[in-house]
Amino acid sequence: MMKNPYVPFPMRIEEVIVETEDENIKTFELSFMAEADEKRFLYTPGQFAEVSVFGTGEAPFGMASTPTQPGRLSFSVSKIGVVTGALHRMEKGDVVGVRGPLGNGYPLERFKGKNLVLVGGGFGFSTLRSLTNFVLHECNRKDFGELTVIYGARRPGLLLYKKDLEAWKTQGDVRLHLTADRAENGWQGHVGFVPEVTRSVAPNPRNAYAVVCGPPAMIQFTLPVLKELGFGDEQIYLSLEMRMKCGIGKCGRCNVGSRYVCSDGPVFSQAELAGLTAESHF
Amino acid sequence: MIALSKILKKQRLPGLLERLIKERQVFAPVKRGEIILIREIDSPSQVLLEYKNAKESPKAVLFPQRETLFRYRTERGKADVEVPSGAARGRVLFGIRPCDARGLLLLDKVFGGGCSDPYYMDRRNGTLVVSLGCAEPNPSCFCLSMGGGPCSAEGSDVLLLDLGDGYLAEAAGEKGAALLEDQAFEESDERSLDLAEKTKKQAEASMKPVAMKENLEGELERRFSDPVWKDLAESCLSCGICTYLCPTCHCFDLCEEGSGQAGERIRIWDTCQFPLFTQQASGFNPRPTGKERFRQRIMHKFSYLPETQGLLGCVGCGRCVTECPVNLDIREVLTSLSEGNAR
Repeated sequence: MMKNPYVPFPMRIEEVIVETEDENIKTFELSFMAEADEKRFLYTPGQFAEVSVFGTGEAPFGMASTPTQPGRLSFSVSKIGVVTGALHRMEKGDVVGVRGPLGNGYPLERFKGKNLVLVGGGFGFSTLRSLTNFVLHECNRKDFGELTVIYGARRPGLLLYKKDLEAWKTQGDVRLHLTADRAENGWQGHVGFVPEVTRSVAPNPRNAYAVVCGPPAMIQFTLPVLKELGFGDEQIYLSLEMRMKCGIGKCGRCNVGSRYVCSDGPVFSQAELAGLTAESHF
Repeated sequence: MIALSKILKKQRLPGLLERLIKERQVFAPVKRGEIILIREIDSPSQVLLEYKNAKESPKAVLFPQRETLFRYRTERGKADVEVPSGAARGRVLFGIRPCDARGLLLLDKVFGGGCSDPYYMDRRNGTLVVSLGCAEPNPSCFCLSMGGGPCSAEGSDVLLLDLGDGYLAEAAGEKGAALLEDQAFEESDERSLDLAEKTKKQAEASMKPVAMKENLEGELERRFSDPVWKDLAESCLSCGICTYLCPTCHCFDLCEEGSGQAGERIRIWDTCQFPLFTQQASGFNPRPTGKERFRQRIMHKFSYLPETQGLLGCVGCGRCVTECPVNLDIREVLTSLSEGNAR
């Protein structure tokens, strides 16, 4: 973390990848411009950063890259508001500001030696991509048990990270289940909503943790399925989204009950959330 | 900590203030039109110590309503960021009320805890707090029910108590003791100490306690989904005046002022009472109506902050009571939330 937590450091856009057929989601591959910034930016999957477009503002994004890829950070951005709109107009060579890493990230120490079941939907998959690539990295793979990834989108063309998905399919040490709400010609994955697919895949809760990340409705319907399969509240982790500004638990905006999503989260176990107020919606 | 007591005769106050003004920025109660505000002074004659309380809390001295966090300048492939230099001189908050001094303790926890806020802490570390005890609290005051008191020294480096021809000055800690080294102060005597004690007791006795449950924090948790919130929030306009005037409210927004080429990132006060505060770009708002926003304000002050910071987010200054345009009285809210059983 930087000395002054409000001041971003510059990063250059190296590549802009259009992820989805509707072109609403782009991934920005950024490179550090100063070695000192890279050295300070030590992160774990599940953490996020505030990305600045100078003159427009900043918005929080989970790192879609993993710390096993040195020199780069990637952020997937859905064009939805003012900052994300401005980001979508930027190109290779442009400079953005970044401050972070922020938030707690996934509890990797706790996950070690366990089977992992990652359940993601749509755009919410970005930090699960980070976690998957982290676990699959040759230096880390032996630290974790079986890896199951369940990932869905409304249409096949709205799934992100096509290259990674292809690579994981052939890699063999990850059980990948892709699903689309609606079938299309040539689609070989599941058809149906993520919770249903989770039920049919029926991951074993023994010695396992589940991580759920996606739109609120998907989370809402996936949680009971996981419980039905035998996952306890302390075995289920969620990554929450709220409107954020400061990212360091001061501006008072993103709390769920007594906890700030930015600084106490964004990753919470279902057991932690159950202890908070009814405000968590899950 | 041993409290140190001395006497400050009223005729020696201007001299003290003159010496302070030479060394520091001094902020004190002054009259602006018909109202009292805490403002920087450049002459002792501007200070008005015979007052009830300032219209605004003094939090802006440490946490300005608008401040520049950094300036930026960009050209293609480049971005330079520059942070403005910090406070050059130390500050004194002189003659603020004990409730407001106590409010600083909560701000200290929020801005100083976890990832420390360099802008607030830079100003705070060089600030001396000299508060003035209240002999006659306002009818809207309820500091005593919030764990403080009209003559509480919590959050003050020096607490002054008006004894008629002079002030009894009580110092807590090194900063306060250092101020009492000034030539304006003289040794205290038994009579003054007795008089001060009597003043304190009288002031406390004049206050009406707020009828509320002892374990309000736990009670509020149980009442999160209670239908009572809807009734309580019914008349609230979501205007946010309660939060702007509050000595402990600290929510803020970060905004850009300028163009893509040059400008600054600013921090500006915000309020949990505004609908856009939590509105997400997708259109989803976790606090869509006044009920949720009103509940957030109360829960934050009386449940979340006690849990996370060990302090209430209310010092009982009563500004939200006197300035609310629809006469919503937070004391009555606390009483309502203490009545009957959670539903």
